[in-house]
Amino acid sequence: MARRRYTQAINDALFEEMERDPKVIVFGEDVELAIFGDTRGLLARFGHDRIRNTPICEATLTGMAVGAAAAGYRVVLHMMFSNFLYTGFDAIANQMAKLRLMTGGQLELPITIMSGYGGGRSNAAQHSDTPHSLLMNLGGVNVAVPATPADAKGLLKNAIRGRNPTFFMEASGQGATSGEVPEGDYTIAFGKANIARPGRDVTIIAIGTMLRPALAAAQELESQGISAEVLDPRTLVPLDEEAILRSVGKTGRVVIVDEGRDRASAASHIAAVIADEAFESLQAPVKRVTVPNVAMPYAPNAEARVFPSEEHIVKAVTSIARAAA
Amino acid sequence: MIQPTADAGPTPAQSLALYERMLLIRRMEEKLSADSAAGVLPGAVHLYIGQEAVAAGVCMQLQETDWITSTHRGHGHFLGKGGDPQAMMAEIWGKKTGICKGMGGSMHVADLTKGILGANGIVGGGLAISVGAAFGEKLSGSGKVAVCFFGDGASNQGVFMECLNVSTLWELPVVFVCEHNHFSEFTRAEQVTAGNIVDRARAFKIHTAVVDGNDVEAVWHAAGTAVALARSGKGPCFIEAETYRIKGHMEFEKELLAGGAYRNQQEIDTWLARDPIASWGGKLTRDGIATPGKLEEIATRVDKIVADAVTFSQNSEPADPELVFDLMFAGQKP
Repeated sequence: MARRRYTQAINDALFEEMERDPKVIVFGEDVELAIFGDTRGLLARFGHDRIRNTPICEATLTGMAVGAAAAGYRVVLHMMFSNFLYTGFDAIANQMAKLRLMTGGQLELPITIMSGYGGGRSNAAQHSDTPHSLLMNLGGVNVAVPATPADAKGLLKNAIRGRNPTFFMEASGQGATSGEVPEGDYTIAFGKANIARPGRDVTIIAIGTMLRPALAAAQELESQGISAEVLDPRTLVPLDEEAILRSVGKTGRVVIVDEGRDRASAASHIAAVIADEAFESLQAPVKRVTVPNVAMPYAPNAEARVFPSEEHIVKAVTSIARAAA
Repeated sequence: MIQPTADAGPTPAQSLALYERMLLIRRMEEKLSADSAAGVLPGAVHLYIGQEAVAAGVCMQLQETDWITSTHRGHGHFLGKGGDPQAMMAEIWGKKTGICKGMGGSMHVADLTKGILGANGIVGGGLAISVGAAFGEKLSGSGKVAVCFFGDGASNQGVFMECLNVSTLWELPVVFVCEHNHFSEFTRAEQVTAGNIVDRARAFKIHTAVVDGNDVEAVWHAAGTAVALARSGKGPCFIEAETYRIKGHMEFEKELLAGGAYRNQQEIDTWLARDPIASWGGKLTRDGIATPGKLEEIATRVDKIVADAVTFSQNSEPADPELVFDLMFAGQKP
């Protein structure tokens, strides 16, 4: 094990995959200087044919990813902020998510689209979105939401080696978080949730950036006599329903924490799955801790008002679970 | 495949091949038009009738491994690039034996083994895909080119300017072929398009050409020059081919228009008099390249291909609905 920051782990994955396979290319806006740090150093090592800055033209970049993949490349497209996916959405929603079916399986699209998501740093409404559920709804794309450096590295490597378009959602606010990362080459398969903390009384399902406040909340709940299990799905498509249902089957209570806006969120999808499949295990209503249906405001106090926090999670849990007498 | 010869005219063999390719597109679509009118096709078809010289003239300057992206009006490009008529017909009939197993239909006919990246239901949807394919080929040093067919309608999509910019900047081997057929769906081009489309490409100082899109020889020459330039690594080229959409935006559009009209019969008749296939046939007989009997022989052969495609489709099983769940992802359930 080595201690790496979240951003370093992503950078390591890119270096290793580009070394491993000459068909891996990286392009996007400002990737050469790497404002997030995740693509830093790649230009010096791999040169301009393997990594290059593009014009600001997201509608074209996402389409180019499709064409370059068809021409035999494993494309890593860096879209910087998740909000910029919206300007590139035709080729995402109409092309890459559908072309494999539309061509009768002729076309495989090994494309990884990286973008930072989430608020909490006064980036305001157009640089703070969490579009997980929008992507989950498209059909033909995977959605990876790594919360830790080790998962970021393993999931990114799996995405790059994969055969399907994958959205690699970078937890913007956690670039500097450190964690233990396994030595050597490893990948993490999609659709395998991780129990980040075992517990008995309630399941907290925490997506991406929400793992950290969820773990802090679990710690606080422990001191109140409530044993919370924290489950990190790691990918939303595919979703490890089995692990979710197993945990809920054990605890009978569940809180889902998602930085997306509440309406039709990843959390509401997971809640629906639980309602369908684990209704008889439930001892309390399924609760969601999400962002209200508003745009992210700028002022720190206004942002804090709507941002899911440890306190929100504790409150949601104590509304459905009591300490054993 | 016919080798590009930018300067010399098409040889007699090439001239006849151009004629046959155009006629194949026409006769296939006449059959589709009849099938559509008879109500036997599952979905809508957008026909290419009147524009055949563009697909045939451009595609016959390409190698089998070169790429094309097409439009919602894509049958002509598919057949022009050498796509299988039987597999196309079966696709449009929604059959298991279709080129996309019945999952794509008329608007998505694709054959990657022939470099056909697919027709596309989104106007302008193929532009960036062709640029991406050209980017890949440039990196590979393969010498392959990508041709993007699009219409005057798509030239008003912002992505067109973006693609001109990045392909010029990176000197990508892509040829943009704008088929100016005078209509953006149900709206006349002059109502929605400012200036000349070619001027948009000229702003990037790339090689451009404006040709009569109903003159297959002119298209063939322009494409030969553009493809050779793109292949030589000198960056993108742009061709504007003026032609005319004889049929409506889609078959059955009369019902949608509910008595409204965006053109008159006189205009259609003027363009019918400039039919690209009849004109080329006339020139071939005048120049002594083909006798009327020879053209008749070609027509008979084409009719047989169309009849065989129909028989093949009729005898094919319907699409397998369960495939939907296998094909969304590679090696993964949806």
